[in-house]
Amino acid sequence: MFDQVPMVEIDGMKLAQTRAILNYIATKYDLYGKDMKERALIDMYTEGILDLTEMIGQVVLCPPDQREAKTALAKDRTKNRYLPAFEKVLKSHGQDYLVGNRLTRVDIHLLELLLYVEELDASLLTPFPLLKAFKSRISSLPNVKKFLQPGSQRKPPLDAKQIEEARKIFKF
Amino acid sequence: MAGKPVLHHFNARGRMECIRWLLAAAGVEFEEKFIQSPEDLEKLKKDGNLMFDQVPMVEIDGMKLAQTRAILNYIATKYDLYGKDMKERALIDMYTESILDLNEMIGQLLICPPDQREAKTALAKDRTKNRYLLAFEKVLKSHGQDYLVGNRLTRVDIHLLELLLYVEEFDPSLLTPFPLLKAFKSRISSLPNVKKFLQPGSQRKPP
Repeated sequence: MFDQVPMVEIDGMKLAQTRAILNYIATKYDLYGKDMKERALIDMYTEGILDLTEMIGQVVLCPPDQREAKTALAKDRTKNRYLPAFEKVLKSHGQDYLVGNRLTRVDIHLLELLLYVEELDASLLTPFPLLKAFKSRISSLPNVKKFLQPGSQRKPPLDAKQIEEARKIFKF
Repeated sequence: MAGKPVLHHFNARGRMECIRWLLAAAGVEFEEKFIQSPEDLEKLKKDGNLMFDQVPMVEIDGMKLAQTRAILNYIATKYDLYGKDMKERALIDMYTESILDLNEMIGQLLICPPDQREAKTALAKDRTKNRYLLAFEKVLKSHGQDYLVGNRLTRVDIHLLELLLYVEEFDPSLLTPFPLLKAFKSRISSLPNVKKFLQPGSQRKPP
């Protein structure tokens, strides 16, 4: 619709826009909380996660002269803003999942982020015991465990060749 | 005072403006607490009110909600402006995201370094004309209805009106090739709550 990817063909629709696609899938598979208020928390947490994911992604895609500054910023935000916020959530209710005491989309989004943080700098996770336990716990869920195995459709980090190709196709 | 949402932000459009629009369109009265100094922001942070140390933040129904989309989604659901089912919501989300993308691009023009301004302006105009307005004109043409989704007012009609007004501020000639969007703009502007919000003296923020 807007000349962009991602685009997902699902249930007769050609859906573009990451959040639109995520919202639809989460609703369809009952991973979006039980009511409006749970959805609000899920949305707030998800947006924070997407912001940090974007910031970390920028480290890989930015021009080489900006890389040091962007890396420092991403690490600072991770350590001083985002990870403390999520550690605090887990501490506040002591439950296994972020919202509503059962698995929702935001647990998956957070696990994904924690894996990227680990790729960026594993030491960033050290001060956060509840997040480390969360990471193990969610990784052990059967579907997640399967996706973490080699041979799944999970994509590895971009290598230099792919970044060049992406630059050409998407013109940035 | 109890019961009215309280909006925490600077006294400017920023990322709060789309929230002001949606509340106004829903006929919901709201209060604003403006951040007018670094100390104001520090206090909000220190008192544990901002999950990610950021605004917008809206106090509503006992929650301190941050993140623009989380706030918009909650308000839209609460006031039945989010479509009747999953599939309508999907269309609303897809259209809304694009509107937010273009809003961001136009907003960037104000704050980018002067040496980048010409290039960014050209890109914004190109995208507006050849991607976004074209896509929305096509949606209206495809069903011939008064509203973008589901033949009744939803949040995305408000988001689009807001965008069209920013496009007009930016360069009115960009709207010229799009008759259905122009009619849409008049039509949505005439809805009572919207019309009221468009009057001087409302909580709508200037450029």
